[in-house]
Amino acid sequence: MRLQRRALIRSLFTAAAVLAVPRWVFASRPDAAFNADNSDTVVKDLFEGSIAESDQITLKVPDIAENGAVVPVTVSTALADVESISIMVENNPTPLVAMFELSPQSIPDVSVRMKMGESSMVRTVVKAGGKLYSASKEVKVTIGGCGG
Amino acid sequence: MGKPIKIKAKIKGDIAEVKALMPHPMESGARVDADTGETVPKHYIQEVVCKHNGNVVNTAFWGTGVSKDPYMAFKFKGAKAGDTLEISWKDNTGDTSVKEVTLK
Repeated sequence: MRLQRRALIRSLFTAAAVLAVPRWVFASRPDAAFNADNSDTVVKDLFEGSIAESDQITLKVPDIAENGAVVPVTVSTALADVESISIMVENNPTPLVAMFELSPQSIPDVSVRMKMGESSMVRTVVKAGGKLYSASKEVKVTIGGCGG
Repeated sequence: MGKPIKIKAKIKGDIAEVKALMPHPMESGARVDADTGETVPKHYIQEVVCKHNGNVVNTAFWGTGVSKDPYMAFKFKGAKAGDTLEISWKDNTGDTSVKEVTLK
């Protein structure tokens, strides 16, 4: 009985310690989301709760990408308390391209270059203040970037 | 040990604007070698960690969709000349590369 109680107390402390971890202590790489082959699964794996379209997010991608192997993308936002920025290319074999986790010291303005197999919607999901926001834009690709 | 990371950083006010170039093949596992006809195995960076004076400011998790020789840009507050900036990556084979620069 006493042992059980000890175990219970210990587990409560562990739970408290987990909850007390500041939000900018980073999780490990969400491998399942990166392996998922459709963007709905990616969103389900990464996020809980509803996602609102937001005009506070600037998703900068070219309208037409001549070379799908190198498509520049920049995501910045005026939203406060940004925790993460994720970028997805809906028609890629594995849509999740990148997820940036930002500390409070970071300014939510990240750029990367990505591959696009074909024309597709590019979608970004920003987690800010515990809420989820998104923006998307279509990119037309004239030469795909997957065959190399 | 992976190829060295190239970092360009400048400070505007107290904001550091960082650009990093990481030479890496970023093989998605889908490409077929034209000479051998064989599929080139996956070889890509999965995680990039950026630290300012030892504190993590930005962790990037990447999939196979990031272009070859990845380029990444980001910004953070509270920077001043003499501070250190360290960027490191780890790929799916366990290979790593680390680079530290002093901001000026």
